[in-house]
Amino acid sequence: MIRFAGTWFRYGSSWVVRDLDLEVADGELLVVVGPTGSGKTTLLKMIDGLVPHFSGGELRGDVIVAGHSIRDTPPTELAGTVGYVGQDPAASFVTDLVEEEIAYAMENLGIEPAVMRRRVEEALDLMSLHELRDRRLTTLSGGQRQRVAIAAVLAAAPRILVLDEPTSALDPGAAEEVLSSLTRLVHDVGMTVVLAEHRLERVLPFADRVVLLDGQGGMVAGEPGAVMADSALAPPLIELGRLAGWSPLPITVREARRRCGPLREALAELPTLAPEADGGDVVAKTDGLCASFGNLLALDGVDLAVRAGTITAIMGRNGSGKSTLLSCLAGIKEPSCGNASVGQTPPADLSAAERIRTVGFVPQEASLLLYAQRVDEECATADEEHGLAPGTTAASVTAIAGELAPDRHPRDLSEGQQLALALGIVLAPAPRLVLLDEPTRGLDYEAKRSLVAILEMLRAKGVAIVVATHDVELVAQVADHAVVLAQGEVIANGGAREVICHTPAFAPQVAKVLSPLAWLTVGEVAAALEGSPS
Amino acid sequence: MRRERTPHAVAWWIWAAGLALAALRTSNPLLLALLAAAIVVVCVARTPRDLQQSPLATFARVALIIILVRVVLQIVFGQRLPGHVLFTLPSVPMPSWAEGVSIGGPVSIEGLLSAITGGLRLAVVLLAFGAANALASPRAVLRSLPGLLHEVAVAITVALCFAPEVLASVRRIQQARLLRGRPTTGIAGMRGIAVPVLEDALDRSIQLAASMGARGFGRRPVSVSLARERTALATLILGSMILLVGGYGVLAGSSVVPGAAWLAGLGLAAVCLGVGLSGRRAARTRYRPAPVGLRSVACGASGWLSALLVVIAGVADASSITWSPWPLSWPQVTPLAFAAVVIALVPLLVAPGEARVAAARGTKIAVS
Repeated sequence: MIRFAGTWFRYGSSWVVRDLDLEVADGELLVVVGPTGSGKTTLLKMIDGLVPHFSGGELRGDVIVAGHSIRDTPPTELAGTVGYVGQDPAASFVTDLVEEEIAYAMENLGIEPAVMRRRVEEALDLMSLHELRDRRLTTLSGGQRQRVAIAAVLAAAPRILVLDEPTSALDPGAAEEVLSSLTRLVHDVGMTVVLAEHRLERVLPFADRVVLLDGQGGMVAGEPGAVMADSALAPPLIELGRLAGWSPLPITVREARRRCGPLREALAELPTLAPEADGGDVVAKTDGLCASFGNLLALDGVDLAVRAGTITAIMGRNGSGKSTLLSCLAGIKEPSCGNASVGQTPPADLSAAERIRTVGFVPQEASLLLYAQRVDEECATADEEHGLAPGTTAASVTAIAGELAPDRHPRDLSEGQQLALALGIVLAPAPRLVLLDEPTRGLDYEAKRSLVAILEMLRAKGVAIVVATHDVELVAQVADHAVVLAQGEVIANGGAREVICHTPAFAPQVAKVLSPLAWLTVGEVAAALEGSPS
Repeated sequence: MRRERTPHAVAWWIWAAGLALAALRTSNPLLLALLAAAIVVVCVARTPRDLQQSPLATFARVALIIILVRVVLQIVFGQRLPGHVLFTLPSVPMPSWAEGVSIGGPVSIEGLLSAITGGLRLAVVLLAFGAANALASPRAVLRSLPGLLHEVAVAITVALCFAPEVLASVRRIQQARLLRGRPTTGIAGMRGIAVPVLEDALDRSIQLAASMGARGFGRRPVSVSLARERTALATLILGSMILLVGGYGVLAGSSVVPGAAWLAGLGLAAVCLGVGLSGRRAARTRYRPAPVGLRSVACGASGWLSALLVVIAGVADASSITWSPWPLSWPQVTPLAFAAVVIALVPLLVAPGEARVAAARGTKIAVS
């Protein structure tokens, strides 16, 4: 169906894809895995001809898609054969209503109105969108948008579906929804699906084959278990399998549960885990906090206390009010009733300069905090604005991001480096409260590991940290407390272990495997096993 | 074939265009106010309720500003028209080479009234446009354009989505600047916001272009002859230009452009010919085109009938549609002119209210 034959590709001087030979069979679900910048997106875009036709760059060798060479077939001509859904589905919407968006590609292809009508209905059903058919695209949630974007390419009846990170912006429930729709497509319709994803734990169970790009142009392809056996990037389930010495490695929670009897017994005898530290003084507090956008109530009576030296995770569906809660704590959104206070004062009352010294907030798109043309310039202006001694910010950035080339443009850094740079700048004035909104979006395992290390370092220094996230594995690794929001209300609030083990949707993989034991991470299990005599 | 439940989007725009034309033909403030009221009533009663913010409110605000600006300009720089002097501003003597311009001086009631009336006329045109926007999204209208204009229509559609997105992006970036304690207003703030907004906008347009390309936009069937398409396009463009000149003549009074009505007719015919020539181009198909029936015809026709009635009223009795504050008198509305206002309300009868549309569709209307 798709054949990469000795394909090389580069934008500038260095090759992103080197001598790639890969064949994707008809009806296969292929997952492309690799660290940030390893060329996953480039590889996917080649299947649709967007690379090189829209991107420029130099292509050597060829890619044959359903018998067409992408060298002389522009994406427009491939529209009926390949459906491509990019990282940000909202950016690809052309029309304004769900139904029209789904019909758009078919209109361009000149499909008979009667056929078109039928296919739109099919696509609506396949993606469970029939209730949303008359809605405006701007009113949809993240998961719904992703499903509309998939339905919009599906309706044109392509033989190949290409998806770039279809679940990374979604909460666990919505991600599950999208992935199960995809498996249905592969199993019932026989479509060939190629997708790239950072959150391996989500997609691995669905994959027929995995392609692992190592970032240096090398590539391994094969069965998920075989590829994962010696991959540096691995979800917790695989790491647990390696720790327990299972072979072949389990890919699904179900397989692992069937094997883990002895491990569970060994762990059951080990001492129960120490409860989370209580932390120090209350740094930030909300009392019956409400916030609204127009007549839409985003937060409805939230009571929360954040203590020094703790990490609080805020979880919940897309649109449940997580970001609004952070904005209120950061003082950039006025509460409509109740109050939020940091120390003793509402953050909204603080002057800009005081606020920066008290609260550090890294928004979802960390790159928005970066303006300058060079990294060193960015640090120098930050010193100036925050009234710090020259070099303070640079030192803070180095402590977090490592050495960044001072002459790089911040937009050219990888997502992980951008986040670290923004975090370094925000942390330079040493705020007592740090707020992070969805920090792991777009981060690979390596970058996530360094984020975890940073968070732990900050906690040790006594900083209070609040993280809004969909990433249950991150919560399992670092959080002391967890708060679950639904429709702007707190529906669970307590120790992270207790909260996430009791809600199946939010449970991390290790907890699912070892349930009813409340172990959250592979690290914990490894440490416990090491400490025990057996 | 689907049954027609609501007037077609294009019918709403035709209705609004007719009323705008009616407003441009009259200088009678009372008639203008009645027309404005009719537009607002129809728009408020028939705007789909899932629209978050009615464009009518925005346009009404702009209309009000236009009237105010005209009044202020009249007070400060206006020609010193004779009449009852309300108050006198200190005036600045102008040198002889700038005799046409005056600053300050006596301000008369008559001068003010003529400024208000002039502003009111523009305001009604704006209200009509705002109502058209609220009643039928411009995108729905663009979707109905003939295939020949498809590329143009898509460009406009994209531009229409673009504005709200730029606003959203400005808000996001403003917030991020607040987080770093940077100014969000003033020249420094503007510069700091403009650059990332432009970067964002550029990124988005490239992504959108890629998405449209990947979904088959701009495919050309082999069967359509290029020569024919070019002829059609040329006819269309020429026709629109003639129509523009003729239409201007009709609006400005026939003395400006000789044979304006004939020119307008000729232009319209050429436009139709161009569309007809290209009509058989089968490159694209249309998903669920909205049906056109009696409701749409009645809706569209009522706007133009209203304009026609205003013109007829003017022919019958010029004083019924033209009004001037010299001498000061209360504007009169003749029965014929009043009929024009009543006819403008016809869409209230032919377009069902929101509740009935929802019931007919069998779906729930989301009310936020």
